[in-house]
Amino acid sequence: MEQRAFTTVDGIPVEINGEKNLLELIRKAGIKLPTFCYHSELSVYGACRMCMVETERGGLEAACSTPPKSGMVIKTNTERLRRYRKNILELLLANHCRDCTTCGNNGKCKLQDLAMRFNIEGVRFPNTAPQQQKDESSLCIARDSAKCILCGDCVRMCNEVQAVGAIDFAHRGSKMEISTAFCVPIAESPCVGCGQCAAVCPTGAIVVRDNANRVWRALDDRGVKVTAQIAPAVRVALGRELGLREGENSMGKIVAALHRMGFDEVYDTSTGADLTVLEESEELLAHLESGSDLPLFTSCCPAWVQFCEKTFPQLLPHVSTCRSPMEMFAAVIKEQEKTSSRTQFHVAVMPCTAKKFEAARDEFCVNGVPNVDAVITTQELIRMIKESGVVFEDLEPEALDMPFGVTSGAGVIFGVTGGVTEAVLRRLASDKSRGGLYASALTGVRGMKGVKEASVPYLDREVRIAIVSGLANADALVRKIIAGEAHYDFVEVMACPGGCVSGAGQPYSSSAAKAERGEGLYAVDRVSSVKRSEENSLVQALYGDVLKGRVHELLHVDYVKDGGHNA
Amino acid sequence: MQPTFDYSAVDDILSLYGKKESNIIAILQDVQERYHYLPREVFPYLSGALGVSEARLYSVATFYENFSLEAKGRFVIRVCDGTACHVRKSIPILERLRKELGLSEANKTTADRGFTVETVSCLGACGLAPVITVNDQVYPAMTPDKASELITALRAQLAAESEGASA
Repeated sequence: MEQRAFTTVDGIPVEINGEKNLLELIRKAGIKLPTFCYHSELSVYGACRMCMVETERGGLEAACSTPPKSGMVIKTNTERLRRYRKNILELLLANHCRDCTTCGNNGKCKLQDLAMRFNIEGVRFPNTAPQQQKDESSLCIARDSAKCILCGDCVRMCNEVQAVGAIDFAHRGSKMEISTAFCVPIAESPCVGCGQCAAVCPTGAIVVRDNANRVWRALDDRGVKVTAQIAPAVRVALGRELGLREGENSMGKIVAALHRMGFDEVYDTSTGADLTVLEESEELLAHLESGSDLPLFTSCCPAWVQFCEKTFPQLLPHVSTCRSPMEMFAAVIKEQEKTSSRTQFHVAVMPCTAKKFEAARDEFCVNGVPNVDAVITTQELIRMIKESGVVFEDLEPEALDMPFGVTSGAGVIFGVTGGVTEAVLRRLASDKSRGGLYASALTGVRGMKGVKEASVPYLDREVRIAIVSGLANADALVRKIIAGEAHYDFVEVMACPGGCVSGAGQPYSSSAAKAERGEGLYAVDRVSSVKRSEENSLVQALYGDVLKGRVHELLHVDYVKDGGHNA
Repeated sequence: MQPTFDYSAVDDILSLYGKKESNIIAILQDVQERYHYLPREVFPYLSGALGVSEARLYSVATFYENFSLEAKGRFVIRVCDGTACHVRKSIPILERLRKELGLSEANKTTADRGFTVETVSCLGACGLAPVITVNDQVYPAMTPDKASELITALRAQLAAESEGASA
């Protein structure tokens, strides 16, 4: 029998069970060791020194970069360690903007949290940081170097998980900063607006741009009719900060909250997703038939589309011409309502920061007015609900409004990696029984893995499918496809690892919590009476009405024509 | 319009070292030797060839004092201001050079790109203090007056070169 190995943590033996480092082991033992620069999904950096532990001989080790060994005896909370941690915090705070009350990350800041936890009562040192700069060039994120603690989380996220490489450290020593190449504004860098840097930033140095005020102004204006669409992933991520369980579907309460706040009509983006399924299935069939421009890449994710434009422009003919569900739905809503006497203001509530950029693209504006007037993220909606004073927990769920409030389960699962593919498979499957649904689910499309493959028979051939989430996975797959080492017919790409449930607009959470959100969406699908997009009666009706003869104009887009140089 | 950048020299350097991320520093050093600085045009080109982001290359280029992102003059004059040179009065030499050429601490290169004047912390030739170097040639035991004479000589060389080029 294999010998069990233990490390003694603060006098208690803890079994080593494949933990990569002491930090994981200590956290398993129920001790919340502080860190700034450690994220389990990123490489170990070991810069912040907050996770130092004392060994038996009085040596100090950074727990994040020390593998656990059998027989090791460590202490995590000694007089010396407390003093070191306090000193580190004090030095970080010395060079840090301390306007906490007006900071976009107030209440969510790790520096603020740890300063409170370690009872920092004063800062003895002057601020010697070099000239600070704000960068508000991007529609998705805002940067403020005065709040940066140089932990490098954003750099590793951008490089390792997203393969974008828009930012890195520049200069050195006291002049070191996080910078784009040649300090160009972030909007002119390879940044695709996925916002994952903001999601991992422990302070307010990178935050998601806030558009809530524009929505409030529209809500206050009686001459304006305000409609909203809510993306699938929002409903399973918003609840936890408002008193519900992670992954619990709170759509009914969200609709009720929006009604209370003054929204005239509230819809579900999954209706737009149903349109996407129908259009994208048609497109896939056309590509399969002609055999040209294979594989077909999905186009729902605006960060992926922009990544393609900036890194692989030669691939654009392979990217689906379908607008994203948000933009399809917005075009339909705006078209239907254009004869209304009131000014229209359409708000999209999204898990995503890149949608803010997508909404502003020229392709999605009519006479200079965007179809989506404002995109707010899940986090902005949470703040708006809190600001409004509505007690979310106590709200009675309400139903979507008409005329567009009809949805399907296929549209809802768009919010998790593999969902788009599964919805398309349901559409293409010849077996329309319940068994057929299970068959689609069991092809390998489900699960939070970054790269998934599936192969399904269609007519007389196999359709080869790849599903990737996280742009580094997409980058690697695309390079293989270009090199001729991999062959697929259909590739679903979501920029955020795990799909939209992990979007940077969502409240930050662990990978386990993100998986729960995904499960939450599948649970919504299970209780939907309409499971397939083509069975959505509203969507069918739209084809006979507002979309008649205008499918291409309202539901499709030409990214190729633009040459990938949209501002 | 800017003339298009000729990447053939960069290609030679790349083929010498191989397109490997681990050779970034050596490649940048050779590029700098060729152009006397790191031209901005080189960054996107190297980024594509090495599969490394421009931001990462910029990170490396700004980390090391030895790399320069600004174009330098035909003659790069380095005045040693290490301890030995400093106590043997290197600063008056630096001041004289700057006065002769109309340069300052912020403005290190003449408008005609003839001269660049910068300081270094130690050239490792303390026995020859105070020392300056012009490109890679060492001038030991300098004085302000000798510095003025040197500038006159270098200006003459510069003039001869430009005549040679236009003829």
